[in-house]
Amino acid sequence: MPHSFPFLSTEQKKELSDIAQKIVAPGKGILAADESTGSVAKRFQSINTENTEENRRLYRQLLFTADSVEPCIGGVIFFHETLYQKTDDGQLFPELIKDRGMVVGIKVDKGVVPLAGTNGETTTQGLDGLYERCAQYKKDGADFAKWRCVLKITDTTPSELAIKENANVLARYASICQMHGIVPIVEPEILPDGDHDLKRTQYVTEKVLAAVYKALSDHHVYLEGTLLKPNMVTAGHSCPQKFSNQEIAMATVTALRRTVPPAVPGITFLSGGQSEEEATINLNAMNQCPLHRPWAITFSYGRALQASALKAWGGKPENGKACQDEFIKRALNNSKACQGKYVSTGEKGAAGGESLFVANHSY
Amino acid sequence: MTTQFPSLSPEQKKELSNIAQKIVAPGKGILAADESTGTMAKRLQKINVENTEENRRSFRDLLFSAVDPNCIGGIIFFHETLYQKSDNGVPFPKVIKDKGIVVGIKVDKGTAALNGTDGETTTQGLDGLSERCAQYKKDGCDFAKWRCVLKISDSCPSALSIAENANVLARYASICQQNGLVPIVEPEILPDGDHDLLRTQYVTEKVLAATYKALNDHHVYLEGTLLKPNMVTAGHSCTKKFSPQEVAMATVTALRRTVPAAVPGVTFLSGGQSEEEATQNLNAMNQTALHRPWKLSFSFGRALQASALAAWQGKAANKKAAQDAFTSRAKSNGLASKGEYKSTAGADKASMQSLHTANYVY
Repeated sequence: MPHSFPFLSTEQKKELSDIAQKIVAPGKGILAADESTGSVAKRFQSINTENTEENRRLYRQLLFTADSVEPCIGGVIFFHETLYQKTDDGQLFPELIKDRGMVVGIKVDKGVVPLAGTNGETTTQGLDGLYERCAQYKKDGADFAKWRCVLKITDTTPSELAIKENANVLARYASICQMHGIVPIVEPEILPDGDHDLKRTQYVTEKVLAAVYKALSDHHVYLEGTLLKPNMVTAGHSCPQKFSNQEIAMATVTALRRTVPPAVPGITFLSGGQSEEEATINLNAMNQCPLHRPWAITFSYGRALQASALKAWGGKPENGKACQDEFIKRALNNSKACQGKYVSTGEKGAAGGESLFVANHSY
Repeated sequence: MTTQFPSLSPEQKKELSNIAQKIVAPGKGILAADESTGTMAKRLQKINVENTEENRRSFRDLLFSAVDPNCIGGIIFFHETLYQKSDNGVPFPKVIKDKGIVVGIKVDKGTAALNGTDGETTTQGLDGLSERCAQYKKDGCDFAKWRCVLKISDSCPSALSIAENANVLARYASICQQNGLVPIVEPEILPDGDHDLLRTQYVTEKVLAATYKALNDHHVYLEGTLLKPNMVTAGHSCTKKFSPQEVAMATVTALRRTVPAAVPGVTFLSGGQSEEEATQNLNAMNQTALHRPWKLSFSFGRALQASALAAWQGKAANKKAAQDAFTSRAKSNGLASKGEYKSTAGADKASMQSLHTANYVY
């Protein structure tokens, strides 16, 4: 315990730190395009499109070839299948993304599994062979990874076991990634399902994040080469009381200030079930919050970047440009928001104002 | 664990937060004048002065009557001193408060051995602490201090020592806040030993991570606390020497990895450093390129008083000389807490050392 056995060289640390900084450079955030095949099924079903490998390729191609998003997107998270797909011209997707100056990321977890003896709580699997998989992903162009843990708020949850177990598995994953030059994005998502208020979410978020950073310290993770992907602190979806964007921003930034060490370069929020507009406005409010923030505060959005684009596409090739236009719009808005410069025009886009909440969401 | 049972009202939180901010206001730090009677014996023996209650009062009076509120935001008292009076018959807490300086009190009762360890300790003083804090608050105190001690050796600090000291610090902090006192949390890692800078940094990171996890577990309101850690330096018998810039980088890096931004300030202990060394190191820290969301200031005992004691020699005729020495150190450290200290004389060479000399991996 009192002796250090360093395993990252100076060069390795610098590489990790540089990658992390590149992803959260001013004005930039992450496009989470790592929906698993099962998740894509749900998305495509809502636009009456068949969930084929080709359709998934076509859709991701639209996103990856959209113009003018380089100043807004620092990194893209891939699903395994997508990492090996190509553009119509035969260029591998990761190469395309890299050529455009964006960092390639890869989802590496293998989904949630139940924790016996708890009230429906889970941990996340995927550690087996992760060492070898990371080495391969690095060769195949990935420079960062993502692993999602899930917690929920009820009268009895999150339990001490759920908090500890998820924090520990996140730290193991992070440690393994760093050995292969991959920046781990640490995602301890607390679901918004429930009728709890803002205070409760803030309290739970502080407890969860404190446990996460203690685990990262115990596992000797190099914080300057990591990113955090937490939930924003919002009330539960069925909470009768509504809270303003400023209240959400204050609660969120306060929770982070109490738990996330300044050495962490950036915090890239998940959008949960928030609408595109809501996610942008909340991010903006956080970047306007009077409380001092030592890390970048930006986005890692899936649905909140793609909902309108998906709708505009509808699975039809002739809608390609409309799809890209929607995506570009959202990317630009969030780029402004992560600098505290977003001014809402009230324009909602094809799906801008719709709540994207899917009950008890799991990938 | 998952349901909150709030223990501080918004007013209580605001009071604690305001006190903490006041202590570490820009350019200000803490005078640690809380030497116990036993420790004062050592100090006074050095200048051949008898360790009487009157001599202790007299020396503190010398300091308190001259103290400059522009560089001192808070003063830590020992219990006896809290109830002593100035030469003019004014109670010391009142003298200090009237100057706009916050009054603090040492509340721990010293270290106690941890069985089964290699000479490690925890700190006692929790019994009746709540009642004592309530009384101290009535008697003019607004912050408290509690010192835990860890050491570095081949086998230390052990997991038990780290966990136990973190826990007792969190209990102390929690009790203080209930009574309107801002707790200064002090997990001192002694500089004794021949370990290098890297080792101290590693241990400091582990100790501070455990400290902040414990504070979180105990629901301590971080915005109403201060941290008093050791600077990250090599052990005293380490053959390799490190510059103030290296000390600064190692220290600030360790803090950035463990101390949440919500903590308003970090007020370093000076340990066994000389007055000049402590000031230079603090200054270097406030000049590093690494972003620091908390104030970095001082909570010095010896590093503020050594020259004053030497000048005083227990003689009334030397009072002004002693006060001048003290004021000079206080001003220097006030500047250092803003990164504006310019050292004079021989110290210049050390402070000019290039930042690029170290092959040092942080």
